[in-house]
Amino acid sequence: MTIDLTQFHQTFFEESLEALSDMEAELLRIDGHMSGRRVSDEFKADNESLNIIFRAVHSIKGGSSTFGFEIVANFSHVLENLLDDIREHRCKTTRNLISTLLHSCDCLRTLVQNSQNGINTLPADIDKFQVNLENLQETGCEVTPDRRRKTRGIDKNNIGNWDILFTPNKNMLSTGNDPVRIIRALKNLGNIKSQLDINSLPSWNKINPEYIYLSWNIDLLGPVEKSLIENVFSWVADDCVLDIKRNNSVHNPSASRPEHAIDSGTGTNAPAPGVSGNGLEVQSIRVSTPKVDALVDLVGELVITQTMLSQFSEEITSESIEKLQLGLGLLERNTRELQESVMRIRMLPVGFALNKLPRIVRDVSTKLGKKVKLDISGEGTELDKSVIESIGDALMHIVRNSVDHGLESPAERINAGKPETGAIHVQASQKGGSVVITIEDDGNGLNRNLILNKAIEKGLVRDDADLTDEQIDNLIFIPGFSTASQVTGVSGRGVGMDVVRTRISELGGHVEVTNNPGSGTKLTLRLPLTLAIMDGLCVKVGSQVYIIPLLSVIESLSVPEHEISRPAGGSELVPFHSEYLPFLKLYKLFNLSSAIKTTTDGIIIIVESENKKIGLLVDEIVGQQQVVVKSLETHYKRVEGVATATILGDGEVALILDISTLTNLVSHKHYQDHMLKAAS
Amino acid sequence: MDNTNLADIKEDLDNLEQQYLTFRLSDQDYGIPILEVQEIKGWTAVTPIPNSPHFIKGVLNLRGTIVPIIDLRLRFNLERKEYDQFTVIIVVNISGKLAGLVVDSVSDVVNASNEQHCEAPEFEGQLNRQFIDGLVQFDEKLLILLDISKLADVDDLADMSSDLAPDADLEDN
Repeated sequence: MTIDLTQFHQTFFEESLEALSDMEAELLRIDGHMSGRRVSDEFKADNESLNIIFRAVHSIKGGSSTFGFEIVANFSHVLENLLDDIREHRCKTTRNLISTLLHSCDCLRTLVQNSQNGINTLPADIDKFQVNLENLQETGCEVTPDRRRKTRGIDKNNIGNWDILFTPNKNMLSTGNDPVRIIRALKNLGNIKSQLDINSLPSWNKINPEYIYLSWNIDLLGPVEKSLIENVFSWVADDCVLDIKRNNSVHNPSASRPEHAIDSGTGTNAPAPGVSGNGLEVQSIRVSTPKVDALVDLVGELVITQTMLSQFSEEITSESIEKLQLGLGLLERNTRELQESVMRIRMLPVGFALNKLPRIVRDVSTKLGKKVKLDISGEGTELDKSVIESIGDALMHIVRNSVDHGLESPAERINAGKPETGAIHVQASQKGGSVVITIEDDGNGLNRNLILNKAIEKGLVRDDADLTDEQIDNLIFIPGFSTASQVTGVSGRGVGMDVVRTRISELGGHVEVTNNPGSGTKLTLRLPLTLAIMDGLCVKVGSQVYIIPLLSVIESLSVPEHEISRPAGGSELVPFHSEYLPFLKLYKLFNLSSAIKTTTDGIIIIVESENKKIGLLVDEIVGQQQVVVKSLETHYKRVEGVATATILGDGEVALILDISTLTNLVSHKHYQDHMLKAAS
Repeated sequence: MDNTNLADIKEDLDNLEQQYLTFRLSDQDYGIPILEVQEIKGWTAVTPIPNSPHFIKGVLNLRGTIVPIIDLRLRFNLERKEYDQFTVIIVVNISGKLAGLVVDSVSDVVNASNEQHCEAPEFEGQLNRQFIDGLVQFDEKLLILLDISKLADVDDLADMSSDLAPDADLEDN
């Protein structure tokens, strides 16, 4: 039978991209050690780093040839040869070489992504680069031809006939490996005789079709080098029990065991995976085993508590009430812990988002001729997977901006009495229910005069506006604003900080900028730990309870009706500190009757989204609580003004308001007028 | 495969009995395929969704899942009726999407073969014909079989809600 390999493609792509990230990180680490040396200086990289890089390329090569991605396989083969030479110190490790390797890492990533998108052509530039790589290997590395192949001295003790006992772990198929392929590879090394052991095969009704229950006893008639055999199994080393024994006599199968001799080539007994490869892209998440174990334990506890409670409920007497309450307390605790554990499964270290930064810094600083040292701390801080995926681009924007606009050139820095190398410090930490990421550079800070002039020039601010320093600093977040006097190709296209702010607000977070002119800029991102649970303010409108995300709430006020201004045009404005804000009457918006209709009796909640503030008129504040976010769209559809829903303690559904839609209902023009009014 | 075999299969198909859950709406019996029914529960209060079509009563918490509830009387433009102890929500599962249908009461589960099935006749002025899958004569009563997927089609619902006159107060300035 044939196995549909396409079901493993997704795993291959994911693993390859991960391997490339590892490779990139290691290259940058080596590069970091070499910084300060001249580009042509030789540097002995430590073997561990080189091995990681080599393994990454090797596994991509193996996987791609297995799945028939020829282009990827060819490229990685060339790269692997080069890396092999480096590893064997037949090649000088210079900074130039590291640059080449980084570029090849990019090329390989492109190729893998192309394969993922079904593109099977080799882009011309990569083709050219591949030829360069081959030439580099031929010329750049001083290799004597006779040392080219068979580099490791052959150990006579490791040659001979082998008796291989190969017992795959039950779930080996799920890692994309196939014993048949391994046995075929062994066949290429020499004559083999394979015996199948089906002793551990369970009865038919207990079979899980995705598991392997078989093991093989393979005689390999050499002479074969042991390391070659180990190479064959290197893919599955972690997924099987392998015993390779020297065996000079021809193996005599013991007749006591029921055995099927199978033809090693066809593998008729290969277990069939039960999953159909329908090519659906499945979002996956890798979870550390302890997290899952904790969850399994908790579920066990929960089951026990549940059993206990149902026993009590059968024989309920006045004495057992106490026990019942005890049990309920236990159940409550277990449930809460279970919920926390489940949430933790979605949590990943924020390092996944931060590990792209070293590369950006290296590329941008090299292009601009600046010297930059990037310092990352707190990578272990955990954040929800979806948050991590969404902030990657924002972080890249910020760091790119810091290198481009924030840090000065080496000469300028020396003039200003600063060290020649600029420093960017990225720090992640958890503060209460949110994660704070700060990006701090010791550059020149924001030039407020330049920002103000630019904003006036672009008509974003009136020229007679009198803004505070803080207000000027915040102008960088306005759409269409960019101070770069020329577009540098690195940054300065006027999209950047506003994208960052929008992205972070979408996640329910905040961006703040702290500016120390002359000595640096600091950006602070405050992100919710998770998107699945949030703090909400419960408000009542008529008979309904709505939830306002607490992160958007600024203040609540009670305003007598006579203090509401009603300028011509039908709008109503509520005074808020020195500003006047528009406000929405929720009962009108949601067509609810019997609600409080005046601001004297109700309460106005001031909310903010994307730097716009508005008021919402509600009847009363019910309280503040953590809510579990539930999608409305799963079974219904998007509802205007409502983001999602949640379930309250009494089991009723409450809708969570979408503050950004509501603030946008108050027109953009209105907002700008109001901001100018506030500013002047 | 030879022809006799095919004929057999066809005959089997014709005799194939399907089970239908029957329910009442203003003295008329309706049926929906029982395989599409997930569960039946009594009427409980729902949370209304602002600015939705009038027949969407709101959303309900069904053990952690939020499910829209459709009043079938209002969906068919029948007269509104107070909910009582017989009022029932039939939770249907249409290719993964859940929806609750509010009906007057549930009656029975009946078997009907494809043979008994007949096309709904063209009748004039009948807006709801698109929801009708067929008719079955059962116990001297007429059972109207409904096409659940059309009834609870979310895109359709979305279209209908966009037909609603937008609230004039939406733009409050």
